[in-house]
Amino acid sequence: MSKNVKLMQGNEACVEGALAAGMRFYAGYPITPSTEVAELSSLKLPQVGGKFIQMEDEIGGMAATIGASLAGLKSMTATSGPGFSLKQENLGYACMAEVPCVIVNVQRGGPSTGLPTSPSQGDVMQAKWGTHGDHPMIALTPSSVKETFDLTVKAFNFAEKFRTPVILLLDEVVAHMRERTEIPDQSEIEVIDRKKPQKDLDTYNPYKVVDDTLVPPMAAYGEGYRFHVTGLSHDVTGFPSNDGVIAKNLLNRLMDKVNDNMDELSIYENYKMEDAEIAIVAYGSTARSAKSAVDAAREEGIKVGLFRPMTIWPFLANQVKELDNKVNNIIVAEMNLGQYSLEVERVCKSANVIHYGKINGELITPNEILSKIKEVL
Amino acid sequence: MSSELINKYFRMNKLPHIWCPGCGHGILMHSIVKAIDNLGLNKDDVCIVSGIGCSSRAPGYMDFNTLHTTHGRALAFATGIKLANPKLEVIVISGDGDSSAIGGNHLIHAARRNIGITTVIFNNSIYGMTGGQYSPTTPTGDKGTTAPYGNIDNNFDLCRLAEAAGATYTARSTAYHANMLIKQVENGIKNKGFSLIEAISVCPTYYGRKNKKGDSVKMMEYLRDAGINVNKAKNMSSEELADKIVIGEFNNISKPEYTDQYQNIINRLQGER
Ligand SMILES: Cc1ncc(C[n+]2csc(CCOP(=O)(O)OP(=O)(O)O)c2C)c(N)n1
Ligand code: SF4
Repeated sequence: MSKNVKLMQGNEACVEGALAAGMRFYAGYPITPSTEVAELSSLKLPQVGGKFIQMEDEIGGMAATIGASLAGLKSMTATSGPGFSLKQENLGYACMAEVPCVIVNVQRGGPSTGLPTSPSQGDVMQAKWGTHGDHPMIALTPSSVKETFDLTVKAFNFAEKFRTPVILLLDEVVAHMRERTEIPDQSEIEVIDRKKPQKDLDTYNPYKVVDDTLVPPMAAYGEGYRFHVTGLSHDVTGFPSNDGVIAKNLLNRLMDKVNDNMDELSIYENYKMEDAEIAIVAYGSTARSAKSAVDAAREEGIKVGLFRPMTIWPFLANQVKELDNKVNNIIVAEMNLGQYSLEVERVCKSANVIHYGKINGELITPNEILSKIKEVL
Repeated sequence: MSSELINKYFRMNKLPHIWCPGCGHGILMHSIVKAIDNLGLNKDDVCIVSGIGCSSRAPGYMDFNTLHTTHGRALAFATGIKLANPKLEVIVISGDGDSSAIGGNHLIHAARRNIGITTVIFNNSIYGMTGGQYSPTTPTGDKGTTAPYGNIDNNFDLCRLAEAAGATYTARSTAYHANMLIKQVENGIKNKGFSLIEAISVCPTYYGRKNKKGDSVKMMEYLRDAGINVNKAKNMSSEELADKIVIGEFNNISKPEYTDQYQNIINRLQGER
């Protein structure tokens, strides 16, 4: 069988992954450095019978994405920086109303319009806490073009399986770099579709758990179920309720459907960690520099390894705790002032957590990480 | 007759509604349902979408596919639904604040696209749900809780706004002129593209009280007396029209509809294969 190998960008791999996962709807508003995601979606979607729409702003893009998902299509939107901020209200809506969808955020320098064309990893906390209230969030972050393809498929699968929005957090480097990328055959790609109700037209409750997964089956508008969806706190029927117990139970279920599935949701790589005495924690493009730094340090006989989370939310506390038990020093390298580092610190009881950050719009180089390793020695 | 409609189209277990006694919103909601009944639409093919506000509570009572979204965003959610499944008859119910303040951008762009959505704006000239602040349709000079000295903003003419933006059907009527409203909603639904029907409501609780308009009956009498048919209004001076509400159909034209146009692209691409 001939292999489908292409030279492609992270943003392009994202669209290819989305299509392979079954994306049939895209709504968004262009913004650098995410624009190619919209452009390629507009080209490809109608070729497979899907729909693309350029909305009037990011708020509308998020809203239309949710609407299309409720009408039964796998839907995605993509944005960067300020656009991600605009999506937050409706992102919260998607959490509350349990509407599967994928939100791509190609991070750029902030705050505000900041450094629009420069790389940053400044939206880690916004991805988790950008909307109001407590809620679960799944966010994935790739380090390469191929991984962008794979994690976009995962993002759709998690969204469909857990009936929730999933964020794909790219950084500008991964989004724009071109790499040789092998696209697997469609038959080799696992595609998960949302669970549908069992033709129980009269008794269907859109928020009623029917098995042990905590995820209620989801009908689409137009299939004859005539259900109600709201962003207000609601009972199993989908209608608003002010009952405190119902509100609490709903939110707990939303949290649990993610937290109870940590095994499945935890995607990460440990690199040369077996005998490591120092650990680097890095994700996205920074993890590539960290990997080179680990190799360089190893050549000098320094026992250092890399922990690379691809699932950035929910936080991989168990894996970080293992690092804490294993090494005395953990260096967290990221293009921000310490967003992920704070999370690492939160769970580490004994190891020293050292943050190495950069916010000038330049990526972190292997040498910089190597110097940091030597400082710690 | 009415009770038949209630049994057929309303969620009995969600009634009574939460609107204040004398609120005009119930009449407007009834008119929409009556229009749907007159057209003989299948309930499963109708999707009713709203934003946030007193008016936007309507879909919860109505036994169709229903969606209660975020404030101002109903048309953007509805756009996603309509494009994803053009077979659905998508009807948006929105307040004047919901549709023209926070949601103003979505309104003009939905009209510009001429997407097949029928929007019914329940215009009570005030923000009802948040307790009587002035809205983009509060008449200049009138009071609201945030316009204690009288509102100095100029107010929108929603029908002219929508028509200028590209809506292919625009009409206005009032809670008093309910029969006219029913006909307009029917025509709006029958129109293939974007339809906007402005339904003037009454909010005795806030707009009425703040502006000394009397009780609900008084306010309805005002609507009766102020309503001037568009054809008659054509021959009246602007002074004569100052306190009037021009009602009737303003435009009803045919232009390519958005989801049809997109389907043409799909067909063309798939035909080329
Ligand atoms: C983002 C956001 N801003 C503000 C509000 C508060 N809010 C709720 S309803 C409303 C106004 C509703 O007025 P209108 O749309 O005219 O409908 P009515 O209640 O008068 O029927 C406002 C400002 C909100 N829910 N969300
Ligand atoms: S506040 Fe006004 S608009 Fe809201 S329900 Fe009461 S009367 Fe109706």
